[in-house]
Amino acid sequence: MAPGNATMTNDDIILKVEHLSMKFGGLMAINDFSFEAKRGEITALIGPNGAGKTTVFNCITGFYKPTMGMISLRQKSGKEYLLERLPDHEITKTAKVARTFQNIRLFSGMTVLENLLVAQHNKLMKASGYTVLGLLGIGGYKAEAKRAIERAEYWLEMADLIDRADDPAGDLSYGAQRRLEIARAMCTEPEFLCLDEPAAGLNPSESATLNKLLRSIRADSGTSIMLIEHDMSVVMEISDHVVVLEYGRKISDGTPDHVKNDPKVIAAYLGVEDEEVEDVIAVVESLEGGENA
Amino acid sequence: MAENIQNSARQDDSLFQKGIKEGLFAGAVSFGMFLLYIGIVTEQNIHNELVYRFRWGALAAFVLIAAVGRFLIVTVAQPWLAARKANAKPKVEEKGLFRKHFLKIALVFLVFYPILAVTLAGTQGSLKYVDNFGIQILIYVMLAWGLNIVVGLAGLLDLGYVAFYAVGAYSYALLSSYFGLSFWLLLPISGILAAFWGMILGFPVLRLRGDYLAIVTLAFGEIIRLVLINWTDVTKGTFGISSIPKATLFGIKFDASKEGFAALFGLAPSSAYYKIFLFYLILALCLLTAYVTIRLRRMPIGRAWEALREDEIACRALGINTVTTKLTAFAIGAMFGGFAGSFFAARQGFVSPDSFIFMESAIILAIVVLGGMGSLVGIAIAAVVMIGGTELLREMEFLKHIFGDDFTPELYRMLLFGAAMVLVMLFKPRGFVGSREPTAFLKERKAVSSSFTKEGHG
Repeated sequence: MAPGNATMTNDDIILKVEHLSMKFGGLMAINDFSFEAKRGEITALIGPNGAGKTTVFNCITGFYKPTMGMISLRQKSGKEYLLERLPDHEITKTAKVARTFQNIRLFSGMTVLENLLVAQHNKLMKASGYTVLGLLGIGGYKAEAKRAIERAEYWLEMADLIDRADDPAGDLSYGAQRRLEIARAMCTEPEFLCLDEPAAGLNPSESATLNKLLRSIRADSGTSIMLIEHDMSVVMEISDHVVVLEYGRKISDGTPDHVKNDPKVIAAYLGVEDEEVEDVIAVVESLEGGENA
Repeated sequence: MAENIQNSARQDDSLFQKGIKEGLFAGAVSFGMFLLYIGIVTEQNIHNELVYRFRWGALAAFVLIAAVGRFLIVTVAQPWLAARKANAKPKVEEKGLFRKHFLKIALVFLVFYPILAVTLAGTQGSLKYVDNFGIQILIYVMLAWGLNIVVGLAGLLDLGYVAFYAVGAYSYALLSSYFGLSFWLLLPISGILAAFWGMILGFPVLRLRGDYLAIVTLAFGEIIRLVLINWTDVTKGTFGISSIPKATLFGIKFDASKEGFAALFGLAPSSAYYKIFLFYLILALCLLTAYVTIRLRRMPIGRAWEALREDEIACRALGINTVTTKLTAFAIGAMFGGFAGSFFAARQGFVSPDSFIFMESAIILAIVVLGGMGSLVGIAIAAVVMIGGTELLREMEFLKHIFGDDFTPELYRMLLFGAAMVLVMLFKPRGFVGSREPTAFLKERKAVSSSFTKEGHG
């Protein structure tokens, strides 16, 4: 991290990725990638198409087993988990990492409310005595089911979907489906939320609603968020920390302002030759000078 | 008011006139058409010459049918249809009322069905209706409801479901004839054994999806059948196991002995009582299956099954252990197959591998698909149509008068099934009941249209 941040303790870091590498056959999708995400912050992972952002997410959430490297998650309670060693469903269940998908994956034939109840599966399963007690009507399943509906209601309010609760998820508009997917992930009560392009395909007003939702998630539930995003209006507005990936390597890491002005990032996005980077820096500087004047 | 009556009278008059006019016209047209076809017939006379003669009677009949038919269509059928169309709205509500109470009506009918059969057809005559129709259909209802958990809810295509039916049947047949255990003890044991085999099947196929899963389950069904055929020391191979003990009612046997059911209640000895008892037994088992399925759907495991059908990857991302979820679906589906199997053995008194061929799996799966995957009511209706249809075909002796004495209607059942399935799938591609009932709701329970639900990928 930035050297000036000496006061930062271990507790502030929720996710630490060290020397992560992922190989698909001969293709090095991620090459020696390291970064840290701080608790309570919104970390953005950006980069051109094919840079390996989704692969990083799939490694964190257990959908891929990384070829090399270590991903450690530290919960509020101080418990630490090595995510690369856990099966995917355990990562959500015990390590409390939730995710959404680039191409929305809702249970479209189930209602909005049911989608949120499925997300509370593990909690309800325990309360129903792994189905046996619940089937016989013994134990606290009924009470827990009621609490689960209340929790779902809370997130429906947050995602502004309360009026559509009893409609099939497949019937929602695109933007509403995106919000529902986030609400569903939040119903697993995660400490760390990974969002894969949450603003893709949204119009400006929907993006603004999304920004509000993400901010309120961070403020109200203390969940740390990591997101992949191409929409810079979202990234620059809400993220506290930006990591830039290109061809599987980290090329920049820091505050939005720092990254915005990093010549390497500009080069990566605008696709200039290495020798021209200097020129780009000059252009940026002159632009900034113009703004100041 | 008076004007109205006058109006309607005038309308009636004009309708009558119109009917007469159109009837006469139809008669004239048909006279012209049929004069040569029907009115004149050519035949050879005794000198081998071709002669013709008139068939005025036949011609008159055809013309009359056309004229009167047209008259009736114009004066009766068309106004009636128009009136029905105009009054369509209240009719729909009435239908809704019937639909609302459909389950209660069906249940009451089923409870009184054997009594009805005995009253209408006599004790001996009721056998056909209670056994061939009632029990036969209910066995398939139960099997299809069991398979519905695997295919309809969890979306795992299982083509070897009959294997669990076989496991249940042979569990009862073998354990009762070797160890003399009673039906009531063996019923749960058969279910547990079938569930165990469901898990055994589940483990290797966890990673398979879609077509691959279907092929492996198909092979599993065949393996069980081949084991039953070839393990002759235990299963007696193709000869099957006969004289399997019957089920008892609180220790009362259904036989002609002094302690038998008929003697105890002072009734004339008849096999009908056992069949009626079996009818109520399978009805109870069906209701148990339905109850458990309905309850499970509202439990987290049931929702996880349906979520698995909708999107497996999203399930994993939500912390659902898809391995145990799939295994429980296989096991519970298989358990109901096992129950049905042990009931089957107790009913037949004889089991052989011939009863557990692939065709059975296909029929059960066809019932599930035809009924609408996931819908208990739809599946029950499909079972009545498919199995009841087969049994009805057996009854259609009159077809022999049309197609000749060599015609055996039940041989054509597969052809008719195929045609019926094609028709149903054309008009109701998601089965009889395509919509899905949500398991929880906030304000109102709205059925989910079938266009949103998925069939699962294996």
